[in-house]
Amino acid sequence: MQFDVVNFVPLAVLIPFFGAAFAFAFYRNQATQKAITIGALIITVVLEIVLLSEVWHGGTHAVQLAGWPAPFGISMVIDRFAALMLVVSSIITLAVLLYAVGQGAAEEKNDSGPVSIFYPTFLILVAGVSNAFLAGDLFNLYVGFEIFLTASYVLLTLGGGEARIRAGVTYVVVSILSSMLFLITIGLMYAATGTVNLADLALKITELDHGTQLMLHVMLLVAFGIKAAVFPLAFWLPDSYPTAPAPVTAVFAGLLTKVGIYAMIRTETLLFPGERINTVLMVVAALTMIVGILGALAQSDIKRMLSFTLISHIGYLVFGLALSSVIGMAATIYYVAHHITIQTTLFLVTGLIERRAGTSNVDKLGGLARISPVLAILFFLPAMNLAGIPPFSGFVGKLGMMQGGIAENTWITWTLVFASVLTSLLTLLAVARIWARGFWRKAEDVEKPERILIQKSLAHARAANKRLLPAAMVAPTALLVAMSLAFTVFAGPLMNFSRAAAQDMYERTPYLEAVLGEDRVDGVRDELVEFTTGYVIDLDTDDDGAAEFAPVRTSLQPDMETDDRGFTRVEIDEQADPAEGGDQ
Amino acid sequence: MTINLTLLIVMGAMLAIGIYLMLERSLTRVLLGIILISNGVNLLILQTAGRAGESPIVRDGLGAEEYLDPLPQALLLTAIVIAFAMVAILLALIYRSWVIARQDEVTDDEEDRRVATTIGAHDPEEDDDVGTETSEFIDSVDPVTGSVRAVNPAERNREASEEPTSSSDAHQAGES
Repeated sequence: MQFDVVNFVPLAVLIPFFGAAFAFAFYRNQATQKAITIGALIITVVLEIVLLSEVWHGGTHAVQLAGWPAPFGISMVIDRFAALMLVVSSIITLAVLLYAVGQGAAEEKNDSGPVSIFYPTFLILVAGVSNAFLAGDLFNLYVGFEIFLTASYVLLTLGGGEARIRAGVTYVVVSILSSMLFLITIGLMYAATGTVNLADLALKITELDHGTQLMLHVMLLVAFGIKAAVFPLAFWLPDSYPTAPAPVTAVFAGLLTKVGIYAMIRTETLLFPGERINTVLMVVAALTMIVGILGALAQSDIKRMLSFTLISHIGYLVFGLALSSVIGMAATIYYVAHHITIQTTLFLVTGLIERRAGTSNVDKLGGLARISPVLAILFFLPAMNLAGIPPFSGFVGKLGMMQGGIAENTWITWTLVFASVLTSLLTLLAVARIWARGFWRKAEDVEKPERILIQKSLAHARAANKRLLPAAMVAPTALLVAMSLAFTVFAGPLMNFSRAAAQDMYERTPYLEAVLGEDRVDGVRDELVEFTTGYVIDLDTDDDGAAEFAPVRTSLQPDMETDDRGFTRVEIDEQADPAEGGDQ
Repeated sequence: MTINLTLLIVMGAMLAIGIYLMLERSLTRVLLGIILISNGVNLLILQTAGRAGESPIVRDGLGAEEYLDPLPQALLLTAIVIAFAMVAILLALIYRSWVIARQDEVTDDEEDRRVATTIGAHDPEEDDDVGTETSEFIDSVDPVTGSVRAVNPAERNREASEEPTSSSDAHQAGES
């Protein structure tokens, strides 16, 4: 008890912060800065992997900062979901950092101002994201949001060129507005309940009358919805993200919207469980998917197109979240982790394409598959993964969500299942267009090609590859592609883990016990259990979850494919198969 | 909970004016709007403490309800600092925008325009540049350096159509 590694949770925030401070201190010396930044991130990743392995079996753990007990002090809570998000986000940021270092070495101080601020700001971003994932009270969550948003303002407007300033202003104003909305909600919540601690709120909110609950609920979701880029609130994203430098866009696209989704998931599971506004969320999810992907089809710039697919795939996450079932939530958790990786990878690859071809406009690209097969593979794998082609992890996650939707078996979930299949196909169309134009068509067929694409011979082109695609940039990208493939290979254990995380979140007692202590929870345990079993389906399956363990039960897949055409096969057979349950 | 009516009215007025200002296209006014909104929100948090009371230092013979709730003020302090930082960075952005492009407005996104034009969704009534504001500071010669800047599309339109501000104003009035 004296030396419990889980008590080092706050270090996940502190290490990047101290790293940032030291990196600022050595602003004259770029090499030292780089070393400090990479070192701090590596330590963070190692620490978080240790934490994940602790939490994997141990369950939820809370650290009360400065020893003040829960409702009065600041708590940091790490549960399975938070630990997974921490590890995935840190690995992503480390890979992006290595990519940025590679790019910086290749590009020779293109954007450097009087003080080099990229590395410390990047670390502050990481600290803010970690803080948001670990926050045990609403106000700390707000502070976490503000930390990484402020860092993101600086990163987005790096260099201060005209396009970036233009995009930056819109982004900053929209973000500030959503933060204000969040702050108003915090104020109202405090006025209504007298606490901002998430666990304490979870118990006290049920005592409020329904109108007040609904208002607070919707206000929180709108505030987070802006940050998560859910459909009617997503207009700012495709305008602002693509103008930033490639590594910055990659880390924004991968992480920032997901923190919004993370906050939405916490809201839906911990603070306001139940099915009150699930139908609205599902309508929003369907619109996000469809409108997002239609936006993507209209774009010719790869970065903008990917920004729109990012919005579209946020729709899947909202869908899984709105199902209010363990299957749906497990799939959502898995899909968040998958999507962070895949979206970051695709933006990094786009950065490589831009370097190699001089543009990221598909109308001006051509012949890349011939010129650089490595680049083609690096693009092809995550692109197919994004579209959800089996056996990639995108397929596994979507399958889980659709299974959740089918299990719920109402007209709206069927509409959602149909919409997600359609979106998946349209995503395939969108990435196939990039592939067909950028990679497969001959460079000579391009109307107004960039000069850099037309080489005298293949040997000349390949020689240019060495200069334009340095190994220091390709290697981190390849690392991320490998990581996205690992999501497929380890889908079984990961899905198992997501399922345990989802179960924890719906039961709520592990979280509340960790923060408030068992005595406090014992008084209301019966109510909590009754509420959970009343609202959440399939919480306690006798077969250890084998029957609904979607990705492993391959026997279900033919059903899934016919299901979106007709409503005939609606009943999911509930057979328990111990053999399949055993092999994960 | 008891709420101070004056604070409530001031908060409402600040939020209302702030939202009105944020809807403007001029960045300086958006900034002023943000300042007002953030301070309105700060007042809201201040009010969640309820009725004013004794300073929260434990003394004998005072009941718990006699003290002022200190937590909202702690939250408020953090919120003020954050809002201050936000305003500072936004001010820097606006200044930069002014230095680079000599304009104090949210500009249109060129890529959006291009997509709209290629798929034939460009509606000249809706989407054309609208000259919103004329100012004595908008000049084609930079008063500081004496250099001549590029004239932006909004102004080119203005010159082309001879009588732009009045027509666009009338156009705006017609829309609203």
